[in-house]
Amino acid sequence: MPATFMDVPWSVLLILLPLIGGVACFLLPKLIKILGVLSVSASALAVIGLAIQLQTHGVLRYPVGGWGAPLGIELYADGLSLLMLAMTAFVALAVSVYSAGYFNDQQQHRFWPLWLFLLAALNALFLSADIFNLYVTLELMGLSAVALAALSGTSAAVGGAMRYLFATLLGSLLYLLGVALLYHSYATVDISILSQQVTSTTIVWTATGLITAGLALKTALFPFHFWLPPAHSSAPAPVSAVLSALVVKASFYILLRLWLEIFDQVSETAESLLGLLGAMAILWGSIQALRQTRVKLLVAYSTVAQIGYLFVAFPLASTAGINPWHAVAYLALSHALAKAAMFMAAGNLLRFGGHDRIADLDRVVQRLPLTVAAFALAGVSIMGLPPSGGFIGKWLLLQSALSQGRWELAIVMIIGGLLAAGYVFKVLGRAFTQAELPHEAKTVPASMEWTALLLASTAIVIGFTATDIFTLIEIGMPFGNSEVTP
Amino acid sequence: MTVVNFYALIGGGLFCLGLYTLIIQAHLLRKIMALNIMGSGVFMILVALAKRIGGNTPDPVPHAMVITGIVVAVSATALALVLMLKLVATSGRTELPDTELKE
Repeated sequence: MPATFMDVPWSVLLILLPLIGGVACFLLPKLIKILGVLSVSASALAVIGLAIQLQTHGVLRYPVGGWGAPLGIELYADGLSLLMLAMTAFVALAVSVYSAGYFNDQQQHRFWPLWLFLLAALNALFLSADIFNLYVTLELMGLSAVALAALSGTSAAVGGAMRYLFATLLGSLLYLLGVALLYHSYATVDISILSQQVTSTTIVWTATGLITAGLALKTALFPFHFWLPPAHSSAPAPVSAVLSALVVKASFYILLRLWLEIFDQVSETAESLLGLLGAMAILWGSIQALRQTRVKLLVAYSTVAQIGYLFVAFPLASTAGINPWHAVAYLALSHALAKAAMFMAAGNLLRFGGHDRIADLDRVVQRLPLTVAAFALAGVSIMGLPPSGGFIGKWLLLQSALSQGRWELAIVMIIGGLLAAGYVFKVLGRAFTQAELPHEAKTVPASMEWTALLLASTAIVIGFTATDIFTLIEIGMPFGNSEVTP
Repeated sequence: MTVVNFYALIGGGLFCLGLYTLIIQAHLLRKIMALNIMGSGVFMILVALAKRIGGNTPDPVPHAMVITGIVVAVSATALALVLMLKLVATSGRTELPDTELKE
């Protein structure tokens, strides 16, 4: 590898490329699709560059503009950030290709700048090394996500976006208040410095509570999930895919990072509470998903349930060490791929029949076989059937629950899997039946079908590459250096 | 009680007041204003706590944070107001529809 390649600050490019692309979209509206796909591809290449850098040199710390912490802003990347960045880049590429076919010309002009700003915010978030920078990126992400959710301009979409905006702003303010308290106590916002200094005081407790509550609200953890189904189901399909696959994961990533680094000593009761809410989310989200009569709402409630699995790991990890965290990383990745595929498939069904009522899918399997295949494959991963990525994550989680005798969590996870099978088959079963009233069908561009299928297949394929991915996320040992128990 | 703590407590009070209004009031404009008041509460806490007990000069970093926060708050408010106008234009309502989703 030439030395110059290793010296390229890929981490900075990851933020700058989509940002420049987004601005360029305003300047050259005629080339908007090319500019958009080009910026997303370029930032995907930057992720590969960063991955090679990380594999050679280990953890990356980059002081932006030569100003290091505590005064300047530092970028930080380890295995966990890399996994999130790679996940974002891959889903982003698929969403971009899908969007180029999905939107009409007028909507393209509104979509691309917002989407590229969102991508820049996501990349910056995963690279942030301090809690205040995380706040800024959270807000950048939130504002572009809300604007994207309102893109179609219907009253349902605008109402959903409005509710989403209130939830996300409230979450950010709670988070910022927590940051203010932590800064007051330790006079630093750098995560690694905080992790060395933090002790169990009242003020740290309060900050932990505020930050966790704010981020749980943004991650739509039960019972803070009220804003997610309307916003995610009324947004355009590619936007729903991004919101469910990436935006929710970003606030979860901050929560995970802060609990791993700063709050790990604080309390076991808090971890049990997060686990309990996670278990409730699995049951409630799955049951609500089963009750829905529209595909997109069903998929949105399924997100509420799948987020629950991520939180179930918290009480397990406090005693079992590293395995539940690996499970979480895997679940986050496979859910991102599968859920993006599901929303894209739902978008195809909506485009095809002009509606997404499950009862009237009208033998769609004969006419959109690729889309239904994508939905089914994504469903396999969501249910957690082998050999999918979802299976690996759920299996690891189930194993740690059983080895610790946490039967209640294990049972909830199994019930969640069964309910997931129920709601996936509810859609698939109707894909074979004839609707009472046949309707005019529109054609769906091939690019929209293939991207959904590609994402869904990848969610299955990552089930075979578990060991490689685990080696990758162990760069810099983000989960502490305890041994992996088989 | 020191002056610093007094201002920080007022900030906390503003935050709680805003939170209460955000939850209780249905009118969107009131909700947007409530969020702004909550934001001001947080900024006030940041500014007040910048002067540490025993120190003479206040810490400038929280002030920089507040400026960033204000920029964010302004953009968020602008977006919220536009969304509200859009909602009024499309549905004729100044309140959010019920959480229970329609078919």
